[in-house]
Amino acid sequence: METRMTSKPVDILLVEDNKGDVGLIEEVFESSKVRNKLYVVEDGEEAVLFLLRKGQFSDAPRPGIILLDLNLPKKDGREVLGEIKEDKDLKNIPVVVLTTSRAEEDVLESYNRHANAYITKPVDFDQFIKVIKSIENFWLEVVNLS
Amino acid sequence: MQTKVAAKPIEILLVEDSEGDVGLIEEVFEEAKIRNNLHVVEDGEEAILFLRGEKQFSGISRPDIILLDLNLPKKDGREVLEEIKEDDELKNIPVVVLTTSKAEEDILKSYNLHANAYVTKPVDFDQFIRVIKSIEDFWLEVVKLPSK
Repeated sequence: METRMTSKPVDILLVEDNKGDVGLIEEVFESSKVRNKLYVVEDGEEAVLFLLRKGQFSDAPRPGIILLDLNLPKKDGREVLGEIKEDKDLKNIPVVVLTTSRAEEDVLESYNRHANAYITKPVDFDQFIKVIKSIENFWLEVVNLS
Repeated sequence: MQTKVAAKPIEILLVEDSEGDVGLIEEVFEEAKIRNNLHVVEDGEEAILFLRGEKQFSGISRPDIILLDLNLPKKDGREVLEEIKEDDELKNIPVVVLTTSKAEEDILKSYNLHANAYVTKPVDFDQFIRVIKSIEDFWLEVVKLPSK
């Protein structure tokens, strides 16, 4: 894989309310060849505050990529996606939707709102890990982030 | 990997004028576990005709994903990207920019135009193959593509 010669780690924002999933995702990214820092927020309101650097997130970095669950407390992930992609400063941050939903309408609506990719979380543990590793490989090792 | 029980093969549009690169990309997608058809056009004008099903492309099915070079004859890939992402019917098709350019301004502009991902083609042969395999793995086996 092309080595990414970054002077800084890749900052990743994970918007996920399921603690079990958070733990697994953290483990995969910790073992990445590419230096990265994973920030976790658990609901849609905190996601927006983080990205706008408001409140307790005034020192938050601008993430290089966002992993976004759709079904979130307080503010739905679908709304968060819409807000990110309509914001002229935030819209160029890749958003990978990572959700239990397989509904075709969620898939279509997410892409129509310019989600960069849509992934349904596998129920099977091994497949879940493989999927997170594929995300890590593609987005940290292959892709150029802005 | 989750087995995708696809009723139909995944239709991929490759917009690429380098015949060498086309050959390598074809080989990788031929070996993919997921059934797919790779359609190739060599310039930006043909890309648009293909996507609109016009002229020699009438009746062609809409691709499920597009791999798009930026530096293309006739119509630049950056213009093609913009047209796709401004079209209500086409904008939900994932576009992976696959280009020799590493320029920060190309990367930023592509993401601002809603390119789904930006990949710089490695010069090294083995790395090139690996990158194409990563694209195939992520976009055909992991991601859910929008249905038509």
